[in-house]
Amino acid sequence: MSLRLAILGETPWDKPRPTSVTLDTGVSRVKYDQARWTDDSDDLYEPLLSEKASETVEVDDSPLPDDLTRDALSLPDPAEPELARHYTRLSQMNYGVESGPFPLGSCTMKYNPSFTEDVAARADAAIHPDRPDSTVQGTLALCHRLQDYLGRIGGMDAVTLQPPAGAAGEFTGVQIAKAYHEHNDDERREVVIPDSAHGTNFATAAMAGYEVVELPSGDDGCVDIEALEAAVGDDTAALMLTNPNTLGLFERDIEHIADIVHDAGGLLYYDGANLNALLGRARPGDMGFDVMHYNVHKTFATPHGGGGPGAGPVGVREELAQFLPNPHVRERGGNYEHYEPDSSIGKVHGFYGNWPVLVKTFAYIARLGDEGLSDASAKAVLNANYLAEQIEYEVPFGPFHHEFVASAGEQDAADAAKRMLDYGVHPPTTKWPEIVDEALMTEPTEGETKRSLDQLAAAFNAVAGDSDAELAEAPSRPAAKRIDQVTAARNPRLSWQALDDT
Amino acid sequence: MSDSDSHATGSPYAPQTATETAAMLEAVGVDDIDSLFDVPDAVAFDGEFGIDARSERATRREVASLLGRNADLTEFLGRGHYDHYVPSVVDDLASRSEFLTSYTQYQPEVAQGFLQALFEFQSMLVELTGLDVANCSMYDDATALGEAATLSQRVRSVSGDRILVPEHLRDGKHAVLANYADGPDFTVESYPMTDGVADVGALSEQVDGDTAMVYAETPTVRGVIEERLGALGDLAGDHDALFCLGSDPIALSLLERPADVGADVVVGDAASLGTGTAYGFGLGMFVTREEYLRQVPGRLVGASEDAAGRRAYTLTLQTREQHIRKERATSNICTNQAWVALRTAMHAAWLGPDGLVDLAEDCVTRARDLADRLDGIVGVKAPVHDHHHFREFLARTDQPASAIVGDLTDEGFAVHAVDDHLVQVCATETTAEAEDEFVAAFREVAK
Repeated sequence: MSLRLAILGETPWDKPRPTSVTLDTGVSRVKYDQARWTDDSDDLYEPLLSEKASETVEVDDSPLPDDLTRDALSLPDPAEPELARHYTRLSQMNYGVESGPFPLGSCTMKYNPSFTEDVAARADAAIHPDRPDSTVQGTLALCHRLQDYLGRIGGMDAVTLQPPAGAAGEFTGVQIAKAYHEHNDDERREVVIPDSAHGTNFATAAMAGYEVVELPSGDDGCVDIEALEAAVGDDTAALMLTNPNTLGLFERDIEHIADIVHDAGGLLYYDGANLNALLGRARPGDMGFDVMHYNVHKTFATPHGGGGPGAGPVGVREELAQFLPNPHVRERGGNYEHYEPDSSIGKVHGFYGNWPVLVKTFAYIARLGDEGLSDASAKAVLNANYLAEQIEYEVPFGPFHHEFVASAGEQDAADAAKRMLDYGVHPPTTKWPEIVDEALMTEPTEGETKRSLDQLAAAFNAVAGDSDAELAEAPSRPAAKRIDQVTAARNPRLSWQALDDT
Repeated sequence: MSDSDSHATGSPYAPQTATETAAMLEAVGVDDIDSLFDVPDAVAFDGEFGIDARSERATRREVASLLGRNADLTEFLGRGHYDHYVPSVVDDLASRSEFLTSYTQYQPEVAQGFLQALFEFQSMLVELTGLDVANCSMYDDATALGEAATLSQRVRSVSGDRILVPEHLRDGKHAVLANYADGPDFTVESYPMTDGVADVGALSEQVDGDTAMVYAETPTVRGVIEERLGALGDLAGDHDALFCLGSDPIALSLLERPADVGADVVVGDAASLGTGTAYGFGLGMFVTREEYLRQVPGRLVGASEDAAGRRAYTLTLQTREQHIRKERATSNICTNQAWVALRTAMHAAWLGPDGLVDLAEDCVTRARDLADRLDGIVGVKAPVHDHHHFREFLARTDQPASAIVGDLTDEGFAVHAVDDHLVQVCATETTAEAEDEFVAAFREVAK
């Protein structure tokens, strides 16, 4: 490590130097402390809006009879300059992709190109969903083009853009599988899911009314074929699978897996969370998957927005196209129209889904094209492999692709993650999948340079060398020190009104 | 490409130079990137997508060219998706990359800003509804209603599985609810409406011990303000059914507080604040009573303390959620609409309580005044329902509604066709300047 740091010249965090006025962490020092305004009331960096400027208005003289109106309304009433300062201050207490490395495994926190915001904000994109088809030909044309692009990328025959998130895509896909079996008068009650799958898979299957059959992973971290054969049968509606899986491993037996599921009359569902590993290299449709969802906020760089919005388009094989949500977009004689697929499952969103996100998706795919998409995956896989090579934590499973799962070993992974915050980077996903002890699930994405990966690795390695005591006390640098989760859950205070009670 | 980039042959957002790539490959110990892919030949893809890369400028031109095919119409459209003026400061602040490019707040110590903003959003909904607990977003009003229905199955002691919804309900909402009802296998039934409002008498015949939830909306999908919400709440309460009320934050700024009419859950779309018309892109609100806290779907932000004793915010009660509870989670939702909620909170704060009440009052008077003007046209009766309205109303036309819609489109205006001779018109401050021309055009097409 000393060698590498010597090459870098310096670590990404500061060398110890005289204590700064505002941050005395005892561990690391910020390089500068920008002139920073903080509100000094109650020792808070930034008070609640309600603590700064609140007003109560009585509702009277309204155009409605009194018995139809409320009596009063109490809400914050900041002037615009104060509002701007409030949210700017809040943003300064938030870490995003543009703040620094964000290697959160399974989340694909890649750079979100600025220009896609501009195309989504176009005035002619801001239209009402109830307009006649003839007056929204541009929107329908873009949707049709995006359906086509996504179909080609996933190897799917038909695509719906309606699901507003990945989990909504899963729900759509499982409802399609259910409709398919019902269409064949084939009642099936179970969905099979590997134990290492995303939590949404289990929740989605249950939400759709299925019993979940959990499949243990093999010693190699992949699907255990014998266990699969034992689990799959006449009651299997579908197997939900992520490939590469959450360890980053490609399920090499995928054709065999598909045969086992199909021979039993089940369908194969692809969770698209890890598609950023495979663009231009392999397609779910070619692997035997019947239904898949795309996480456009992962693979296609639409911003996560602090938790959403995303979009979860769903692709299907030809024989399942009749079950797609209503409506679907098609082209007829040079015009585009909505239509209801013959045996549609109905709707999963009140209108047409998260349209602005879909515009950004289209723009990103069009910008990159074949070469760019393929290069994105290539560099994502290269970055993950290079980073894994540079860190001292053990990576028990391979060969991995766009992400790897390191083990924090004797350290607590969650504590190690908190300590990484002190070194100025966002940590990996922790303690999952459970097959790796003290898991650090790491996905650097294609967006990092060799230099920033070296710095990221230095942060990992610094944490690896820190004591348990240092880990337990972390973080000391962010806006908040370690937050008491137990009290938050035992004494839930979920609004500023609830704060007054204590 | 004339306006090419330095990384023209690959992704412009993958910054590794050829030299760096070579050094990284050497460090990993392989000759080329292909060697890193463990994909069996049988399933490897060696074809082309056939998607040509474009420069940024060319991509923007292409989207402009596509969307340019949308007709330029002044929309007098509503029915669940509304256009209100969004101040520039909302776009500006929400676009800060620290907000826009951040993730779900699984590391709350570096996400205090977004968490506080969501805490403030939840608090605003608590004030607007009078209920105790708001989550920090669902996808839209339809999915929030679906979640309310599934919640009713978990929290009610009744053995029944009937969900009663109003006869006048947007088709899209009904269809989404039907999908949420499919798994748990509950039944969705409509109760009748008379002159645009719930028929309380008929509903009292319908509601019984098997009823898990009664849903009502104010304003209704036709823009009518429900006048007997208290009676509806009592009916539900008397039968141990949940009373779920659909509304939106602007309407709630003026109308009766849901808590005062016995609402157990409030759902609806909050994107009418903070996001303009966006082809149905929404923000589901979900607000309920404290007693159902541990059955709430989606994310909750709570206040706690950090190790320095300072107030700090964090996602809490996560054991309800899919990443912990898996198939026993309260919902499968993961990615939500947090950034849309951020925008809504900003817009609400910008308006302040005065501005919100003023805006809501404008929604009442503007609909009333425009209905009066249309009512003065030969061949038009408006509003159809003899009640107070919010933003929108029905008009009965002598001409077929489809002809009215088609002819108005030719004149540059969009309205809804609701039935053979019923059109629906929605007016907000964003259509104010177009109202005179709209009325004139309506006069022509109604002949």
